[in-house]
Amino acid sequence: MIKMVLVYSDNKNLTIEMLGKATELSKENKKEVTSVIIGKQDEKLANEYISYGADQVFIAETDFDTFKAEEYADIFTKIIDEIKPELILIGSDKNGKELAARLSGLINSGCVMDSNNIYYKDGKLNAERVVYSGKSIAIEQFKSKPAIITIPSKAFDTPKKDDGRKGNITKKKIDPEKSNSKNLKIQEMKTEGANVEDAEIIVSCGRGFKNKEDIKIANELADVLKGKTVGCSRPIAADLKWLSEDHWIGLSGHKVKPKLYIAAGISGQIQHIAGMRDSGVVVAINKDPDALIFNSADYGIVGDLYEVLPKLTEKIKEKMG
Amino acid sequence: MNIIVCAKQIIDVSEMKIDSSTNKPIIEGTPHIINEIDKNAMEEAIKIKEKNGGKITVLTVSSKDAKEKIKELLAMGADEAVIVKSPEDSDYHMTAQLLSEAIKKIGDYDLVLCGEASVDLFSGQMGPRVAALLKIPQLTYAQKITAEKEKITAERNMGEHVVTSESSYPVLVTVTKEVNDPRLPSLMEILAAANKPITEWTAEELKSDLKPAVSTLDLKGVKMDRKNVIYENDLDKSVEKLVDSLAKEGVLGG
Repeated sequence: MIKMVLVYSDNKNLTIEMLGKATELSKENKKEVTSVIIGKQDEKLANEYISYGADQVFIAETDFDTFKAEEYADIFTKIIDEIKPELILIGSDKNGKELAARLSGLINSGCVMDSNNIYYKDGKLNAERVVYSGKSIAIEQFKSKPAIITIPSKAFDTPKKDDGRKGNITKKKIDPEKSNSKNLKIQEMKTEGANVEDAEIIVSCGRGFKNKEDIKIANELADVLKGKTVGCSRPIAADLKWLSEDHWIGLSGHKVKPKLYIAAGISGQIQHIAGMRDSGVVVAINKDPDALIFNSADYGIVGDLYEVLPKLTEKIKEKMG
Repeated sequence: MNIIVCAKQIIDVSEMKIDSSTNKPIIEGTPHIINEIDKNAMEEAIKIKEKNGGKITVLTVSSKDAKEKIKELLAMGADEAVIVKSPEDSDYHMTAQLLSEAIKKIGDYDLVLCGEASVDLFSGQMGPRVAALLKIPQLTYAQKITAEKEKITAERNMGEHVVTSESSYPVLVTVTKEVNDPRLPSLMEILAAANKPITEWTAEELKSDLKPAVSTLDLKGVKMDRKNVIYENDLDKSVEKLVDSLAKEGVLGG
């Protein structure tokens, strides 16, 4: 019996990244990789997944139009019955996470969320994940099969495409048990296009800003720096809503790794540090010399951000010509 | 309406020390707190009870003594508490089994409320796991909830989208921190909580032969070496020194 690795996300790029990792894992341990597509028949997409490493694509045809974790998890139990995978990789966006968790509950599986390192050691499957707000990395080992692991975007590289690869496409109509929940409305999240996760330089605002309008002094600094982006801590986006959530950096916001991170008026709560600890050089500006943020900074200025930021903007302008 | 709030006692990560020689976290001796997002779940339960009437039971599964901390949730407004003592090697699978078995034993319930995740490990799998085991719908990541007699509606933060979903009862809902501001109990409420009933069950009473599906082999240290060069006093000089340092680091773009 051939051992199977199952890969699923409704995000195409993430699926391709997972296919890369799945192929690598199955090479070492002689497994086949099956990519799952749920919804409409899409042979073009199926062939693309094959060219990125899938040995088989399983298209579960369904007639519902919006995602419900209850129904998707039910579909997966039926696919699992058929394919009997020993490893299931699911994309770690919010849909993927609630699907993976529900599925784990249904089949009493182990599940490791947001893993960025997966490997076999002495025949055992290990998955690592960041815990305690980034203060530690847990090595989790699976004791049962199938193992379910969710994988965030960009954890693994995009594999090379090989248009000559061959694979099977299986199509099957699956009718899941209908859920009693109903999606009434789906709206785009309000965004200002901050894209903090790709930014090279971030000027980030915290509770030290007194008014929404004052954020412009952070903008002005960001403007003189290349790779300019403004980020913020939780209160600015979630409570005060001075900036949209795409600016929010932290444990439940975005995780960033710019080469320069300037934290202005941010106290340095552990949940914020969790979002920016992988940054290159960290600068903290805070008028409280005891602010926690200074512990996580390479350089700091103790002072009022309303005085420091404009001076810093001027000086950098001078320096950069 | 009968509401069950699932809460978790966690270590206070902000108080967690790091062993300077190994960089590993020191778990032993770190103070415990109630996961703060579970307090948002409790606050929401209280609001729903105030509107629709009913009873709130707070439920926790813990390998450590959780009695003292659970009293904070009784003081906030839960009517009673159930504590399940779990084995040391419990993983998500085992804990979800114990939570769902305890919920079945509590019996008559309409709504199960949980935090979206606990801030220590931030895995976020407990709510959906329990919903699956109870075979009920799940509304996750709720940032706004409207509970009526026959149905509940939740506005859910799904990352790139806000999804508004509704369900009949029974249902499990997980909440985010944005859903409300948890109340601080008064001294009177804290004193009154001492007289509220706490029931304790063992894992064996609920489900025997549970084995972990995942076990944590090790907690590795994460090195975070920061230079911690802090400039004080003369602002102009501080700014000048900072810009020079950043230029030397080669991070000023260009």
